[in-house]
Amino acid sequence: MIRALDAVTRDEVLAVLDTVMDPEVPVLSVRELGIVRDVLVDDRDGVTVVVTPTYSGCPAIVEIERDILTALASAGFENAKVRTTYSPAWTSDWIPESARAKLKAYGIAPPGRAAEGGGLVQLGRARTLPQCPYCDSRETEVRSQFGSTACKSVCWCRHCGQPFEEFKAI
Amino acid sequence: MTSPAPSIVPAPVPKPNALFEYLQRLGDDRLILGHRLSEWCGHAPILEEDIALANVALDLLGQATVFLRMAGEVDGQGRNEDALAYFREAVEFRNCQLVELPNGDFGFTIARQFLFDVYDVVLLDALTKSTNGELAGVAAKSLKEARYHVRHSGEWMLKLGDGTDESHRRVQTALDELWRFTSEFFAADEIDAELGASGVAPDLAALKPQWESLVREVLDRATLTTPIDVPRLPRARGGRSGAHTEHLGHLLAEMQIVARSHPGAAW
Repeated sequence: MIRALDAVTRDEVLAVLDTVMDPEVPVLSVRELGIVRDVLVDDRDGVTVVVTPTYSGCPAIVEIERDILTALASAGFENAKVRTTYSPAWTSDWIPESARAKLKAYGIAPPGRAAEGGGLVQLGRARTLPQCPYCDSRETEVRSQFGSTACKSVCWCRHCGQPFEEFKAI
Repeated sequence: MTSPAPSIVPAPVPKPNALFEYLQRLGDDRLILGHRLSEWCGHAPILEEDIALANVALDLLGQATVFLRMAGEVDGQGRNEDALAYFREAVEFRNCQLVELPNGDFGFTIARQFLFDVYDVVLLDALTKSTNGELAGVAAKSLKEARYHVRHSGEWMLKLGDGTDESHRRVQTALDELWRFTSEFFAADEIDAELGASGVAPDLAALKPQWESLVREVLDRATLTTPIDVPRLPRARGGRSGAHTEHLGHLLAEMQIVARSHPGAAW
């Protein structure tokens, strides 16, 4: 039976997870990215970390799970488990302001607000252009919605001439 | 006592598990189309497009993994997503025929993708209201990705259709060839009826007008002709129950050979 969460142990686990960085965006922890959804602690099953992938096909999720288990094992939680959930679907809105500042400092434009609703097929609709993380200009263009990883688009700053990536709003 | 006359009635074919069938349809559309798109890797006309097609392929393969994993659990025969992807024969695949067609030129690939992507957002949007909570959750996640896909393929339709004479000609030719395969999107059968009755799956016939109007709107803007009612060629049918074009076997041969040559291999 699941007993009331041991507050101390759960906090310890969360503190360990704060040190596990995303392999593709190594300035953000898996908690800051919103990948960690919950931590369950109970007598029989021990520690279970519930994670959700950013994108269905994100190949980093396997590595993330391994990194979480490795970090927990070295902190004394040898039998921890990772469980994957798909609902509610991950959204970039879960990235807090403090983490957005870290993204910008790393050279990745933070995501805008994820727009829900509207038509299913939206083409060529004007959207807020990303702000260049280097010179803060809004004179930018999105070259491609699909970048080096599933979660980033490829952009170009017309003001300072610097290519950069934007974390996609989803 | 008289012994019963030997039965001449064949043993009844066990009724397929409707949810297992349905999850394979969702998974196989994505697995096969994702594989086709991955064939463009390193061959697309520009680097950004190479990356975009690979990204869409990755999303589709990721979604296929989830749907086929769920299918394996429903089936209860101990088959995971890899077993279903690599160790089923062509007649066991439940994808529609459109997704297995060879890539053709870039215009053909984009037209195929556009027709599928619109179907995908319409279907996934309906599936978010499924009475099966897990299915609704996965559909909601997939829908977010599919909206990016249709924006990509739709904007290419505008560029190609309203582009040069050559790009217009090629993408119109592709549409005319592909149109008969779209009939399978909305051809409901007893699986859809059974799952529709319990609210697990949507009424496909009710989705068709929405798909048609979204497709037509983009094609009009792209100065392309929507090839409705061109009965030149027979409409595609049977993919959902395992009848496929000759192309699927060739695709599977390439996709499955490593897993079959080295069963159980890991790295």
